[in-house]
Amino acid sequence: MPRYYTEEHEWLDVDGDIATVGITDFAQGQLGDIVFVEVPDTGAELSQGGDAAVVESVKAASDVYAPVDGTVTEGNSQLEEDPALVNSDPEGEGWFFRMTLSDKSQLDALMNAAAYKAFCDDL
Amino acid sequence: MREDEEVATEIAPETATLPLDAWHRAKGARMVEFAGYWMPIQYEGIMTEHLWVREHAGLFDVSHMGQISISGDGAAEALETLVPGDISALKPGRMRYSLLLAEDGGILDDLMVTNEGDQIGIVVNGAVKWEDIGYLRENLPDDITLNHNEDYGLLALQGPKAVAALTRLVPEAAGLVFMQAATATWNGHAIALSRSGYTGEDGFEISLPNEALADFADALCAMEEVKPIGLGARDSLRLEAGLPLYGHDLHEGIDPIEGDLAFAISKRRREEGGFPGAARILGHLADGSPRKRVGLLIDGKMPVREGAKLFDGNTEIGVVTSGGFAPSVGAPIAMGYVPRDHAAPGTAIAAEVRGKRVPVTVAATPFVPHNYVRKQGG
Repeated sequence: MPRYYTEEHEWLDVDGDIATVGITDFAQGQLGDIVFVEVPDTGAELSQGGDAAVVESVKAASDVYAPVDGTVTEGNSQLEEDPALVNSDPEGEGWFFRMTLSDKSQLDALMNAAAYKAFCDDL
Repeated sequence: MREDEEVATEIAPETATLPLDAWHRAKGARMVEFAGYWMPIQYEGIMTEHLWVREHAGLFDVSHMGQISISGDGAAEALETLVPGDISALKPGRMRYSLLLAEDGGILDDLMVTNEGDQIGIVVNGAVKWEDIGYLRENLPDDITLNHNEDYGLLALQGPKAVAALTRLVPEAAGLVFMQAATATWNGHAIALSRSGYTGEDGFEISLPNEALADFADALCAMEEVKPIGLGARDSLRLEAGLPLYGHDLHEGIDPIEGDLAFAISKRRREEGGFPGAARILGHLADGSPRKRVGLLIDGKMPVREGAKLFDGNTEIGVVTSGGFAPSVGAPIAMGYVPRDHAAPGTAIAAEVRGKRVPVTVAATPFVPHNYVRKQGG
């Protein structure tokens, strides 16, 4: 299952026409202790670069943007009870939402793991 | 992913460095721009640091704050023309919280005033220190001397174990109670300390020459009770303690009664007036102010932050001036301004966050009890 990364520090796992989306380990480290996550409702239409979710640390609220176009099929309800999952397992149990892929060609412009690592090293 | 709030990462050319800048970076601090300085926002994490201070002792670098002294015959009386506290009754070694007032009674800054014997020490907020100094110079008589002590840094050691830790270095610390100050010597350096702070915990603020700061900070952090603590935890600690932050919860458009700071208007000053905006402030003291700063408990887990509007039904009634997750409460809390008839604890209202209404309840502050040491053996 290929994994893609965005410059906004999101990851996508693509399985057929469905992508699982979360924020990267680098991102959770920058944010610090996560105390609240707002995931999109099932059925929400997302467009690339638009608001998709909100993640709040002790100090600030941050927007999470839709990495590609599509429709939300599921939000991670576990984050409601345990937002700290984003800190402890950001690229696993701490996923934010799943969405359909309206335009798979949008994946071509995203980074792979090696490119994302190089991107973070340059920050 | 992008942050909404202004945790600045751009390098403004005028951003200054603190004397302990390299010390913070060596301790792994994440540095942000605040009040014109690069300051440590956190070392190991805001939550951990916050809880550490409530249980042990945390060392804060607050050297961005302005340390001012005024002296000359009648300095206390002169200062009283600008603040509502009884400064002339302040005995040597005693300090009081006061407010620098604009002509209309609006709050220009909140500050600590100490009778240091031969002079009056004033500690003001870093973000407005230059404005404060200008205002004081302009409004104090020419025969009052004002010094801005830029050669001194300021550290705060806060938490239930602060007294044990500090006493090992400065035995005089144990002899002070809340809001008392003293001078001492450490490693040949003249230092000043007071039992005060901004966390709601017992603790001290220590003023010492810039060249002594790093050694002193190292000596404290070598003790097992002490860890360095960043600005992030300083903010969440003071919020839980119900203490307002200037520039957010207090500003020039707010008077002391609106700001719920009536305690800062000393008894004699209430009777005599003679401070800026006395008519407005004493009127609000007698009749209540139209609006008031209150604490807010938030229903649910979503933080309600500065700028959120407050509603009673469909009517907008006020605004949140600080808010966030409170680690020791385990829930979000906030403070803000509401009309007088909505200011009673228990009043149910709502806040608007990203277009959604969140139930909130007006609450008494502090949210976490203060642990000040008010008398010896007590």
